Amino acid sequence: MNKSSPATDGLVSIPALLKRNVKTFGAKTAYREKEFGIWQTWTWAEAAQEIEELALGLLNLGVAEGDFVAIIGRNRPYFYWAMVSIQSVGAIPVPMYQDSAAEELAHVLSNCGAKYAIVDDQEQVDKVIEVRDQLNDFEHMIYVDPRGLRKYDHSKLHEYSHVQAQGRAAQEEFLPELERRQAKLDFDSTCVMLYTSGTTGKPKGVVLSNRNIIKSAQNTSEFDGLRKDDEVFAYLPMAWVGDFIFSIGQAYWTGLTVNCPESAATVSSDLREIGPTYFFAPPAVFEKHLTEVMIRMEDAGAFKRWLFRRYMDHAKKVGPAILDGKPVNAMDKLKYKLGELFIYGPLKNTLGLSRIRVGYTAGEAIGPELFDFYRSLGINLKQLYGQTEASVFITLQPDGEVRADTVGVPAPEVELRIDDSGEIFYRSPGVFVEYFNNPDSTASTKDAEGWVATGDAGFIDEASGHLRIIDRVKDVGKLADGSMFAPKYVENKLKFYPDILEAVLFGNGMDRCVAFINIDLTAVGNWAERNNIAYASYQELAGHPRVLDTIQSHVEAVNRSVAEDPMLSGCQIHRFLVLHKELDADDGEMTRTRKVRRKIVEEKFSDLVTALYDGSDEITTETEVTYEDGRKGSIRATLDLRDAEVVPTFQHKVAAE
Amino acid sequence: MLDASDSYVTEDGRTIGGVVMEMKNITLRFGGVVAIKDISFDIRQGEIRAIIGPNGAGKSSMLNVISGFYNPQEGQVFYKGKLRPSMRPYQVARQGIARTFQNIALFEGMTVLDNIMTGRLHHSKANLFEQAFWKGRAEREEVANREVVEKIIDFLEIQTIRKTPVGRLPYGLKKRVELARALAAEPSILLLDEPMAGMNVEEKEDMSRFILDVNDEFGTTIALIEHDMGVVMDLSDRVVVMDYGKKIGDGTPDEVRNNQDVIDAYLGVAHD
Repeated sequence: MNKSSPATDGLVSIPALLKRNVKTFGAKTAYREKEFGIWQTWTWAEAAQEIEELALGLLNLGVAEGDFVAIIGRNRPYFYWAMVSIQSVGAIPVPMYQDSAAEELAHVLSNCGAKYAIVDDQEQVDKVIEVRDQLNDFEHMIYVDPRGLRKYDHSKLHEYSHVQAQGRAAQEEFLPELERRQAKLDFDSTCVMLYTSGTTGKPKGVVLSNRNIIKSAQNTSEFDGLRKDDEVFAYLPMAWVGDFIFSIGQAYWTGLTVNCPESAATVSSDLREIGPTYFFAPPAVFEKHLTEVMIRMEDAGAFKRWLFRRYMDHAKKVGPAILDGKPVNAMDKLKYKLGELFIYGPLKNTLGLSRIRVGYTAGEAIGPELFDFYRSLGINLKQLYGQTEASVFITLQPDGEVRADTVGVPAPEVELRIDDSGEIFYRSPGVFVEYFNNPDSTASTKDAEGWVATGDAGFIDEASGHLRIIDRVKDVGKLADGSMFAPKYVENKLKFYPDILEAVLFGNGMDRCVAFINIDLTAVGNWAERNNIAYASYQELAGHPRVLDTIQSHVEAVNRSVAEDPMLSGCQIHRFLVLHKELDADDGEMTRTRKVRRKIVEEKFSDLVTALYDGSDEITTETEVTYEDGRKGSIRATLDLRDAEVVPTFQHKVAAE
Repeated sequence: MLDASDSYVTEDGRTIGGVVMEMKNITLRFGGVVAIKDISFDIRQGEIRAIIGPNGAGKSSMLNVISGFYNPQEGQVFYKGKLRPSMRPYQVARQGIARTFQNIALFEGMTVLDNIMTGRLHHSKANLFEQAFWKGRAEREEVANREVVEKIIDFLEIQTIRKTPVGRLPYGLKKRVELARALAAEPSILLLDEPMAGMNVEEKEDMSRFILDVNDEFGTTIALIEHDMGVVMDLSDRVVVMDYGKKIGDGTPDEVRNNQDVIDAYLGVAHD
């Protein structure tokens, strides 16, 4: 790849890419959406026509260069077209989460001073109208679905198709202006503005230029060999940078087809019908699919279950090796082929994953079991690491070098640097321009040389050269002996066990680590039922000696795995307890998005932490709980504190045998 | 008062037309039991007309008279200005009157899609032979019917259960499927017999929205029986109140709410 070539033969904007696509393969399918029970399709030429009509209509409405236009809706071709129409007239699309509450929309809309919004239906129209008073700059709204909106005041409200019709009618008048504005777009013009999810404070608008999007799309399309006959399934929020890169960036760069589901509720059956070749899902989605499969298998007949188990075991043994192209003996290969015919093939078909060439997961750590399940079926599932500020891609796993515990090598043209505290920095053509109207945040995230701080701590795995993510930098601490304390790294390993719902590791500044564990009531309750263990409450089940034995074995297994890592071997769990109540957002122990609030847990259960460190065998405690209706009560419990076997770090090579 | 042919515009901007159906002095007896006693009222084009009353007031019987299931012993039914002779229910259905039932009457073993397709029966003219060989008219009609049905599925937001057998659906969704089937007939008058019975608040809200949307989008005239007074008062343009087979009130929700006879019927007074 020639890094110095300015781009890409004049392909410096999405509208320019659209022109090329129409010229070189205009009759190829660009978009599909299931509507009225059928997959409706639009070719690149048809899509370009729709986009041009809408762009002319936007000119007719008075959209000026540099205006921000919000897009609020689920994944539909209309909104993808709208993004490109907005870019064509020199304005900036701002896709938003369609499930945001009105107040959240108000913040984002007023933050960027959006003058226009293109929205889905009555629900979204109502939300914007509700906060209309707080928005000084807001002018017109365009909706796609007219249902229920006929009686609304239409002086500032327009139907999408009417805007297009007006654009069509005014074509002669506005076409020269449209062409003039399109011609002005260059590599530095803003391509899109995306808001961060705002888990830490108010959402910030990330400004991404055409260079960011197009170079990132180009590099990664080449990295994975994406081509125009690939199919991508667009079902993740349009406000998320990933969807923008996959469904706009890479789709326009390569010409692949973007498929939109009929509704949010039909995603899995639509996925099955489309069978995408390029697919992204967060680990939770893969986990849900696996659970569904397993539950259905439990209901199957004995023979089928036997067959399934037998072949899945075989797949686990040789599947990943076959996928990576490593040598496998002929007998195993033959058996795998048989399995493909009878088990793996039909299973992948049910999951809608039979045609996957490139699949990615990211966002949080994925359990090795889960990851290997999909890989052993022959699905090329890989991990990537990225963020909005990087136009997604920081690292990617190349084909044939996929591991559950790393996130891969730097994407093309991405430079990585890890500072003394372990924080990861990167620099790439995808690095964002700025946070909108927020020079302070921009300066504290991106330095003058273009290096961006991720806020994540990690290290490069020496053996493979892959990046490994440990934790958020602010959560990483040091043990008393100076070795690294990375709680999330260990907690994730624990949470990969279905029995364990949550884990909280303590040890910052101490000489060793201890842990709280929450059991998963569904999984453990199920186990108890099958083993004839009677229990009356969560608390009782959590204190059952056999449950504690099981958890102890998990903890010790995690210790062994943590010990293999010389940097983190200090994080092994010396003592643990199983909490008598579930950590709960109502009690303030977790956020609403189910992230543990470490500080609060540590304060609230300080007696338990102390007991874990002072070596006592059991402790009686009383905890205040808040019921769902806001009433308060308290529960009392006597908890067993257990010692877990740890692997001595200085001789871990011997112990690991 | 309005004349039969007058039209007016409601507060929320819908146009209500002239009288489309009129009941004149309807009396219905089952042996010695008088279910409906000399009731007259009319239904206007495009309105939502509710029939309310305590248990056993004769509401469902009234709906059955409108749908042609019962033929009253006395009185006349005028439909679109013409006296309607006594008819079989299927003949009434062909005239553009569709209904749903209090106790859901769907084909439990068939999918949602197939159930709704049965609502298109009156719009198919192909004969048995054509149907069997799936040629010409039969094929064209099926495609056209499916298109109508898909629009309704989209409208009522039941895409997810398109291929699900009705027997596997929860109650609230079955009610929605029944509404879909009635809509598939593209009726000019839609009769709903307790569309919200047994639903929770959220399901009731959904159903209310669908009823309003149907009325608004397709201009369908709707006559409905309902127990939930809050729902009735919110939805309907005019309300008929029945008690012991007699009409005791007729008018806008506000008029009815302040009618002493209606208050007595609902709160109860000593009967002589």
